[in-house]
Amino acid sequence: MNAPEPFAGVISHTPVRHHILSVLVENKAGVLARIAGLFARRGFNIYSLAVAPSEGHARFSRVTIVVDAESAPLEQIVGQLDKLVNVVSITDLAPKDALERELLLASIDLDDESRGAVLDAVAGAGAAIVDVDAGRVTAMLAGTPGACDAFERSLEIFAGVELHRTGRVALPRLGRTVSERAES
Amino acid sequence: MQLTGAQALIKSLEQQGVDTVFGLPGGAILPVYDPLLDSTIRHILVRHEQGAGHMAEGFATATGRPGVAMVTSGPGATNIVTPIANAHMDSTPLVVITGQVATASIGTDAFQECDITGITMGITKHNFLVQSAQELPRAVAAAFHLATTGRPGPVLIDVPKDVSQSLMDWWYPTSVAEYDLPGYRPDVDLDEDAVAAAVALIARSQRPVLYVGGGTLKSHASAQLLAFAERTGMPIVTTLMARGAFPDSHPQHLGMPGMHGVYAAVTAIQRSDLLISLGARFDDRVTGKVSAFAPEAKVIHVDIDRAEFNKVRRADVAIQANVAAALEALDASGATPRNLDAWWGEIRSWQRQYPLVYDVPATDGPLRPQHVIESIARSSEPGTIVASGVGQHQMWAAQHWKFEEPGTWVNSGGAGTMGFGVPAAIGAKAGRPDRTVWCIDGDGCFQMTAQELVTARTEGIPIKVAILNNAYLGMVRQWQEMFYDERYSEVYLSADLPDYVKWAESMGCVGLRATNLKEMDDVISEANEINDVPVVIDFRTDVTEKVFPMVAAGASNDDIMVHPSQRGAK
Repeated sequence: MNAPEPFAGVISHTPVRHHILSVLVENKAGVLARIAGLFARRGFNIYSLAVAPSEGHARFSRVTIVVDAESAPLEQIVGQLDKLVNVVSITDLAPKDALERELLLASIDLDDESRGAVLDAVAGAGAAIVDVDAGRVTAMLAGTPGACDAFERSLEIFAGVELHRTGRVALPRLGRTVSERAES
Repeated sequence: MQLTGAQALIKSLEQQGVDTVFGLPGGAILPVYDPLLDSTIRHILVRHEQGAGHMAEGFATATGRPGVAMVTSGPGATNIVTPIANAHMDSTPLVVITGQVATASIGTDAFQECDITGITMGITKHNFLVQSAQELPRAVAAAFHLATTGRPGPVLIDVPKDVSQSLMDWWYPTSVAEYDLPGYRPDVDLDEDAVAAAVALIARSQRPVLYVGGGTLKSHASAQLLAFAERTGMPIVTTLMARGAFPDSHPQHLGMPGMHGVYAAVTAIQRSDLLISLGARFDDRVTGKVSAFAPEAKVIHVDIDRAEFNKVRRADVAIQANVAAALEALDASGATPRNLDAWWGEIRSWQRQYPLVYDVPATDGPLRPQHVIESIARSSEPGTIVASGVGQHQMWAAQHWKFEEPGTWVNSGGAGTMGFGVPAAIGAKAGRPDRTVWCIDGDGCFQMTAQELVTARTEGIPIKVAILNNAYLGMVRQWQEMFYDERYSEVYLSADLPDYVKWAESMGCVGLRATNLKEMDDVISEANEINDVPVVIDFRTDVTEKVFPMVAAGASNDDIMVHPSQRGAK
């Protein structure tokens, strides 16, 4: 019998139905471990996670978690997360209500043959060249997750691609009133 | 006033009103044991750290106050992990203080270092690694606040040795605002709309059941429950964690539901059209196969923890509140079901047809474990506290002891921790010295933590232990008999090895043995006469006795197996 595929585990690659949780936490040692541990032991899937100090307070950080709402009911994820004592507040953003952005950095091999195509791909995606070397170039794209996905796919044909993405950050979309958002 | 961190820690415990701490010293916690000598706090020196944790749990369950345990770093801390996990599963308020290596040594694999805050992250309500002596009072005050409010649970405070040795300017938080817990809001406003929706569901219901869980005891809601139950006339079941929340002698009480529940209790839930869950969490041992659980019932789910809503069973109405507040609100709004006469008629017929029964014991033995429990119960004064381990004896105790008041049943529910009984009974007796405390134990469980009887004898805590000795890991044996074609794998323990009487005597206890009915009556009387030292009785019980009723794991509650003597009738 062939060995079965290893279980993919907590990091999911294709969130079918994702939600964005913007979580304000106390800036204390171990907070990230508490969140990660909770997701692991409850079997909730994290698609991406971004952490940074929040709104000028040294006391709080904002964690933006993209969760796979197929892996567990969102109500469960939010309810369990809210029980972590260091979690101060949770804002749940449905994708249609969220302005999502992500940063992508990619280093790509350049030679005489590929140069034109690489630079076309970078320009076509609206990315910027932020670092160059004799045989290599680093491009940066800040954009929607979809734009980052498209840029990532467009680089697949090139050699020596090293690519990092930050995971999403998000804020509620403007232009709709709060009550409208609550009703939807 | 300048104090060492150690002095501040003890003084903080005194500020919290702590009068009893269960613990065992060691290197990293050594500084804290010095000011303990000058404190009014009674320290009970255990023989193993697991004992300290379970004693603190027994203390908390019997008194309604948080239990406190204190141990050293490394193995001291890991030895108390099982009680912490147990308290987390059963929402028992516990404050556990662990020593830690000095802050400069953390992360260097120092002697007796272990990352106990990391290990217990998933099994505590919260934990603290205290970074400075000045912060100790805040950590202690916050720990007690967290352990005892909202959904109670264990909180661990890890205290590095240099923190307990360094000096601080004494202070103590005087308000919750000073606890520095910006993310913790245990108080919830009762949702009036949800209460109104619940009242409407109740008004339409013809077959309601009050499904009473441990949260009812935790929120001290027994009086409200009695008032609500009597006004509405609804039938009641109390889960393993809620035994004692409602008097067993009350005619509306059907008993315990679940895998080994009373037939009428299990079946009333299955046939109900409205299930009012009061601080219960739809545990798999209650629901059996979830998709077949109470299929026609609407659900009103009352819980202080909103993460319990829709976790296992979808709630038609969810009321986030402590059980006492919710019952008061439901009562105030006059929630009343329809006429329940027909419903009670059905329930009474189930009760008549399938009461709890067991085979009559032969005069010359072996003893029937259920009969031993009933005999002890009959000879015990009201208010006697019963602790148990985990297994067959636990189920028989939960079924056959008649609980009449809160805090009289001390057991390990969610975690199912074998060996819980003896130390938990000691903790209960330490907290309630005015009460008789029996531990109904199994021979397998007893062997796991019996050394704490040395603690009990030394500290003058005269508990009584009834070992229902069937020479087997009985519950496992029962499953192997029923579901593994009687292929018994690693379950035989021997009735005579160890010699429980000699073992008890070597620990300074009175050791007794009973093999037949006459001896059983005699030793129970003798045990009841002894009130200065612990008593251990080796009751030789029938090896083949099984716990019935039983719902097989994963089966529907409709497929409940009653006692063999009742099967023809079904």
